Amino acid sequence: MRKYIIKRILLSVLILFCATFVIYIVLRCLPGNYVETMAIQLSTKPGAKSFEEWMAQLSVTYGLDKGPIEGYFVQIGNMLKGNFGDSWRWTVPVIEKFNDVIWLSFVMGGIAFVLELLIAIPLGVVAATKQYSRADYAITAGAVLGYYAAKRFSLPTFFFATLLKLVFAVHLGWFDISGLVGRNYAQLDAMGQFLDKANHLVLPITTLVIVSIGGLMRYTRTNMLEVLNSDYIRTARAKGLSEKKVIYHHAFRNTLIPLVTIVGGSLPSLFSGALITETLFSIPGIGYTSYHSMVVGDIPFSMFYMTFMAILTLAGNLIADILYAVVDPRVRIA
Amino acid sequence: MSDENKKNTMPEEEQLSLNDDRRVKVVSPGALVVKRFFRNRIAVVGLVMLAAMFLFSFLGGALIPYGQDEQFYTYTFMEKEYVAATRNDDLRYAVREGGEFGTIYQAQFLLAQIKGETEFSYRDASFSLKEEGPDFYSIWDSEGNILAIAYKDIVHAADGMPELSFNAKYEALKAYLGGGASFTADGVEYTLSEHDILQDGVEVAYVSRVVVQSKVSGVVISRDFKERLEEALDSGTEKFAYTDAAGEESEYTITYDASAKVWSVTQATKTYVYSVYGSPSKEHPLGTDKNGMDMLTRLMYGGRVSLMVGFIVVFIETVIGVILGGLAGYFGRWVDNLIMRIVDVFYCIPSMPLLIILGAAMDGMNVDPQIRMIYLMLVLGFLGWPGVARLVRGQILSLREQEFMTATEACGIRVSRRIFRHLIPNVIPQLIVTCTMGLGSTIITEATLSFLGLGVKFPFASWGNIINDVNNSFVMTNYWFIWIPAGVCLLTAVLGFNFVGDGLRDAFDPKMKR
Repeated sequence: MRKYIIKRILLSVLILFCATFVIYIVLRCLPGNYVETMAIQLSTKPGAKSFEEWMAQLSVTYGLDKGPIEGYFVQIGNMLKGNFGDSWRWTVPVIEKFNDVIWLSFVMGGIAFVLELLIAIPLGVVAATKQYSRADYAITAGAVLGYYAAKRFSLPTFFFATLLKLVFAVHLGWFDISGLVGRNYAQLDAMGQFLDKANHLVLPITTLVIVSIGGLMRYTRTNMLEVLNSDYIRTARAKGLSEKKVIYHHAFRNTLIPLVTIVGGSLPSLFSGALITETLFSIPGIGYTSYHSMVVGDIPFSMFYMTFMAILTLAGNLIADILYAVVDPRVRIA
Repeated sequence: MSDENKKNTMPEEEQLSLNDDRRVKVVSPGALVVKRFFRNRIAVVGLVMLAAMFLFSFLGGALIPYGQDEQFYTYTFMEKEYVAATRNDDLRYAVREGGEFGTIYQAQFLLAQIKGETEFSYRDASFSLKEEGPDFYSIWDSEGNILAIAYKDIVHAADGMPELSFNAKYEALKAYLGGGASFTADGVEYTLSEHDILQDGVEVAYVSRVVVQSKVSGVVISRDFKERLEEALDSGTEKFAYTDAAGEESEYTITYDASAKVWSVTQATKTYVYSVYGSPSKEHPLGTDKNGMDMLTRLMYGGRVSLMVGFIVVFIETVIGVILGGLAGYFGRWVDNLIMRIVDVFYCIPSMPLLIILGAAMDGMNVDPQIRMIYLMLVLGFLGWPGVARLVRGQILSLREQEFMTATEACGIRVSRRIFRHLIPNVIPQLIVTCTMGLGSTIITEATLSFLGLGVKFPFASWGNIINDVNNSFVMTNYWFIWIPAGVCLLTAVLGFNFVGDGLRDAFDPKMKR
């Protein structure tokens, strides 16, 4: 087991190395980036140096004077030393900005994840036990609304977010359309500030839950159906056990095996933030921050964010595989 | 065998033996799949949804009379300030040719006039004044010559006529205020009829207290309009209509500004503009968008783009995925290892951030929208193949060990033929399911990018960039017809693909009982 884990981790490092290389090359090869824009702005100021001179100076400042491959090794060396550079867009060290915003995303993702589990698993079980009934159709239809194929968004998040905004923010006026704090946030006491933030997080979290609930629900249903069709369930029924006992004692426990795997595997992704949802609701989490870094071509922050995402994905896969072996004794890892 | 069965088979099939082929209905595996598929209600619903979306996009776009980027115009009435009118309440001065009556003298005159004196002087000049009528004074210098007149009723020159001379103005006002019918000035005979001053029966000037100023450059206000305006001012109406010399009738609105004592007259002019956010109507069932284009047409063409992008991307994914997955699965060992590691690398590159960065970069480079669309499809396809490759490889790994593969080897069939003629067809069912699902998610990814303004760009429509308009919250709250239909189309198409994909998966699965 330990050997397997070490092997996997080493492999992950190799993959990460390749992935960051690809990301870095793509970022470096893009024209029209932040530095160019800045040089244009600086050179239009009265009495300024020419564009070329500014460009040359800024390139040296931002470490763009080296070739892409050499630049990559400098970058990766710095990253290994824990130096991620300064964000161009936010003009603070990347790691500082990251610390500012990550916890909000984590809280948001965590709440959404717990809600998702609490809603999706029971519904999935019900849908499976009443296959092809009206309840199943209703739940499946609802689930497919939120179907995602492995990646986070497979559903028009933006459309649902807009609908929610229209109904709850514009027509009912319960929440603000966007932002994390209301306009009188500064005058509130500590409790009031907490409630204000909570109020602003309701719609984004709802969006997240709606969008991602379907995948888990369908996964539960499929696995439950597979278990219900197996021989030992027939045996249990033949023994004369009550249907309740068959489903919740025998079937559900076996369904938990793949569920634990997928749930464990998606734990790291709680840190990845919700790019689209945060941007739509202007919630200053990691997703929102990196969206705004990416559209202006802020290489240090984008590089950091994408590397971070890649690490999270790899960690998720690794956890899922290990958990699979831990939970199901039939699986042996060579 | 039950009685029922016997009864059914008895009448004509008595002579058939038990193992006769005609006794059992033979159905090909394909027909079985179709049968199972159509038994699944959700799948059929999905199929109907998809068919509807395809007809809507491809047939609808061909049938609808409007073009994708045809702009529509409409007439709107715009209130433009036309003239400003004031009723003259100050004394105005007209000075004899060559005379001088500056502001200092005017002030002295005003003082004398208020006190009711008949003479006033300033420094060494002295003047006398004479009240000639209501609010009408004449000022004489010390030698007894008329120097200037002060008046509130103004003598305006008639349209296209030169300004009257000082003498004529003086005589005219005297006659007008004194109730005379005619007067002579500079040896010319004038007649007065009401406000108008006629010379040989032709109007040369008129007397009025109202001063009208044109607010539109290059427009001379006609006498006729002024009369009409004065009438309206006298009767206190707020609106009046006036037909100008060219025969165009317009509505005018009068508003009075009490502090400035000015009537401001606005003209409602018919203006030809793009029909922006036009409400649904008979010609445009879903209204028009921000560029004055027909929403329904945009939606149809947008559907074409969204579906086409989906199909092309999935096609690219599948081609790359099948080739690489097939190679990896068939050859195994280091080939498999290498390809699977590449797949792993692709898996862990976060695709959405990458797409956003590429989109922003293409914005910066001002890439032509058409070329941009092609790049978008290539990038999406290139990022999506690892899933297909993994699936194909996994299937082939197990198929490769089966007897029919040993048979192909024994027959000496080429490797490429073994992979693509004998292995891949066995993967087709799973491939179809993955592709159908992939279509749905590709359409969503494209729509999300277009929604962020980083995907398909104007003038091309896509369901995503139609919804993009809600970034303007005024549109979101007030113009539902702009974004709700696009969202519904998107949802229908994606749900359709997912339903059909699910149905196909169930239908292909031989373990399924129904």
